Amino acid sequence: MNKVTINIDGRDITVKDGATILEAAKELNIQIPTLCYHPDQSIKGSCRVCTVEVEGIENLQASCCTLVRDGMKVRTNTKRVRDARKKVLELIIASHNDNCLACVRSENCELQALSKELSMKETRLEKIVSNVSIQDDNPSIVRDSSKCIKCGRCIEVCHDVQGVGAIYNLNRSFNMEIGTPLGKDLSEISCVYCGQCINVCPVGAIYEKTDIDRVWKALEDEGKHVVVQVAPAVRVSIGEEFGMPPGSILTKKMVAVLRALGFNKVFDTDFTADLTILEEGNEFLHRLNGGGTLPMFTSCSPGWVRYIENFYPELLDHVSSCKSPQQMFGALAKTYYAEKENVDPKDIVVVSIMPCTAKKAEAARDEMIDSGYQDVDIVLTTRELGRMIKESGIDMISLPEEEFDEPLGISTGAAVIFGASGGVMEAALRTVYEVVTGEELENIDFVNLRGIEGFKEAVVKVGDLDVKVAVVNSLMSAKKVLDMVKEGKADYHFVEVMCCPGGCIGGGGQPIPGTNEIKRKRVEGIYNADKKLALRKSHENPAVKVLYEEFLEKPLGEKSHHLLHTHYVDRSN
Amino acid sequence: MANILSKFYVKTKPLSIKEYKENGGFEGLEKALHKMKPQEILDEVISSNLKGRGGATFPTGLKWQFTANESNETKYIICNADEGEPGTFKDKVLLEGCPFLLIEGMIIAAYAVGGTKGYIYIRGEYPKSKEMLRNAIGVLKDEGYLGDKILDTDFSFDIEVRSGYGAYICGEETALIESIEGNPGRARTKPPYPPNKGLWGKPTLVNNVETLANIPIILSMGAEKFKEYGTASSSGTKLISVSGSVVNKGVFEVEFGVTLKDIVYETCGGLTENSKFKFLQLGGSAGACLPENLLDTKLDFDDLRSRNISLGSGAILVADDTTCLLGFIKATAEFFEHESCGKCTPCREGNKHVTKLLDKIVNGVATVEDLEILKDVALTMKEMSLCGLGQAAPTALLTTLNYFEGEYNEHIKGYCRTGVCFMKGGEVVNE
Repeated sequence: MNKVTINIDGRDITVKDGATILEAAKELNIQIPTLCYHPDQSIKGSCRVCTVEVEGIENLQASCCTLVRDGMKVRTNTKRVRDARKKVLELIIASHNDNCLACVRSENCELQALSKELSMKETRLEKIVSNVSIQDDNPSIVRDSSKCIKCGRCIEVCHDVQGVGAIYNLNRSFNMEIGTPLGKDLSEISCVYCGQCINVCPVGAIYEKTDIDRVWKALEDEGKHVVVQVAPAVRVSIGEEFGMPPGSILTKKMVAVLRALGFNKVFDTDFTADLTILEEGNEFLHRLNGGGTLPMFTSCSPGWVRYIENFYPELLDHVSSCKSPQQMFGALAKTYYAEKENVDPKDIVVVSIMPCTAKKAEAARDEMIDSGYQDVDIVLTTRELGRMIKESGIDMISLPEEEFDEPLGISTGAAVIFGASGGVMEAALRTVYEVVTGEELENIDFVNLRGIEGFKEAVVKVGDLDVKVAVVNSLMSAKKVLDMVKEGKADYHFVEVMCCPGGCIGGGGQPIPGTNEIKRKRVEGIYNADKKLALRKSHENPAVKVLYEEFLEKPLGEKSHHLLHTHYVDRSN
Repeated sequence: MANILSKFYVKTKPLSIKEYKENGGFEGLEKALHKMKPQEILDEVISSNLKGRGGATFPTGLKWQFTANESNETKYIICNADEGEPGTFKDKVLLEGCPFLLIEGMIIAAYAVGGTKGYIYIRGEYPKSKEMLRNAIGVLKDEGYLGDKILDTDFSFDIEVRSGYGAYICGEETALIESIEGNPGRARTKPPYPPNKGLWGKPTLVNNVETLANIPIILSMGAEKFKEYGTASSSGTKLISVSGSVVNKGVFEVEFGVTLKDIVYETCGGLTENSKFKFLQLGGSAGACLPENLLDTKLDFDDLRSRNISLGSGAILVADDTTCLLGFIKATAEFFEHESCGKCTPCREGNKHVTKLLDKIVNGVATVEDLEILKDVALTMKEMSLCGLGQAAPTALLTTLNYFEGEYNEHIKGYCRTGVCFMKGGEVVNE
């Protein structure tokens, strides 16, 4: 590719033809402020904050969408440029509900940060804030248009990454807003509650529906026995809420802080992740040997489940009947655990800490009452746990490390990797291989299934059979596989689908920001955590073995069928 | 008066191929298809120095060359007939008076740049023009001018009429393309430019109606003869739409080089009885408001550029001294506030603040500081908006703040010199 040389603020830089001024400036370590720009998204050029002066052009130019030309002379730091940026920011702030004191994104808000960066003082413009009420008639997501700065990131992720298209640009001019078809609630349209829109929102216009107060209330109720389960992805990201680098493994400090918050028992969703492998692995072998519907899709990601229910109900037979680890946990906590500990299940409150907003909706599904009660009572996101800890005043980082409680806190490395795209498949293969062949699997690291790429595939020799598997993350990638299945072009046996880009570490309930760069570090943390464990195969989990001996009897047995498996609903109309 | 374009809509019946040919119709196309190679046509158009008549005045030949340079099996030719600029109605005269002319221009363009399919994007408010075009396309298909193997050559080309539904922004070429694709009309960031990547990602040539209407004329008379009309920087003629307080209103064809004064006082017969000139707005609502002492400005791209004025669509509105300037500017601002697509900050938010501030001024509750804020917002819009709509929206405001600032200050003090708004009449002197 051709190179061009341009001059920015008196310094020459040679970059590839087709680069933007913003990219060229970055190479010179010149920081041009941006707002609608997102490193993982397309260039929008709509906020106009990244403006610069280009010699020979009368008007100012947005550096994010202006390409370099050989010999171009750019000024990024003149009075004219600085004033112009402030004026455009003033326009944005004038229609932004800047009640920062009561905003969930305060101190983690790109608009607030920009305001500080540009030394904004008071605005002279009349405040014109939209008074559309907050929309939250669903279990997961709250939308507040008074905070929206109309950057369009949420629309891009919903359409182009997830292929859902629940939200659009509506109206035009000052009345342009981001909304749902006909202004309906998210619960009435095809939204899958993945929360990816939350992760890319620069301000507090979209956030999870918080359930923190319900947890505090349960913890202070002496008549309640409150148990908590934590999903795999949370342990490598909760640290980000406290300034730690992404991927820091904080499993044991997290256990300590949960205990300090007052939970009666601190358990691990990893326990039921191992259990899922036994149930799902056996279901897979059953389908394979009994002529069942193939390929089989995994079912642990509720955003994905809702997507196929909404858009491809004709393919629901392909989805494993296994409940997600969260829901298996809930069902067992109020049966097996209740019996074992002699606690009345009606007094048990099951709280989940999940990297996910769709888990809130999953827990609220009508059929998730197999224990006789609502299996999972309250779901918090990773971010909500961070806020709860901050509210408590407990310094998580300085707490001594503690272990999960038994028995629902015992797990293996195979369960930890559920948190990253490819992990469920890798865990399943570790077990399926040994169950089928009776031999020990020597190399248990399926590295070609790892990473945040949207579509991965592999062929694994299991005994005499070449098992063809695919691993997809993000719903747009899932759609590709679904279309292949519909066209009869998918010869896979087993497909892992994760709704969110990168898997659960990129979930809609994770710390913000969660760029691809950060996701890669979280993935690294997940596999490091797996490596550190003595047991790395689900079927070696001793507590799961005991569970089968004492309670379930066998995978796919009658009790399993009742408590650990579920059915799906055609939601296409 | 020049009549190289107007003779067609004055002398011929719109759907009569016979009359069209008697006046020189299809000479250009016959010559192009039978005697010229595509590159020779491109060279001829480049050499004619024709510049886009839609408002941006980009050299037409260069745009054609860019499109021709792309190697793609599918290329689109779009005629921009979304004539939405207030006070502009010159394309309508061509669309209804002589639809063959612009279609002939499109066929030549397609042959020259390798276009495979044409679209005429016409504003929804022109139902009669739309019908006329559909009929014209039908006639030309029957006669072998459109469709497969045009005029017994290997060249095939067809045209479809698409309609907008009233959004001004869809006259902007990338918003127009979005609209044809079935999306809301919102401007794209450029690059990529349409000649490289336009409709459905394919190379696309977008030309205004009047631009395309000039093409058959250039081909039939030759670029050299064409350049005898107009000036060195601006060849040919221009259709102007004149409205306001002049005796003769309507569409006129004038040669480039004529002064605004000549247009007002000769072509249009001067101001209506008993009225006194106040300002002339050139180029529609997005154009500059010029005081009397700038009427020596020539209709010439060089002269206009040196004065930082844009010709725009060639609309001319003459306002007399009974016009309340603030009322006029407020109406203009409200138009743009209504028509902004809402994509970029300066235009979406800026237009709202401009109308609010003008409201304050007109209602007598504004302060001197409000006037400063108004200037700031207007300048931010001009300098920082994503597309031409936002950049040009405050032109009338900024030019009147420059030439007629006194009237703004008067209104802030509660007076209107025209006495037509609710404020007291009379000028404030030295207060």
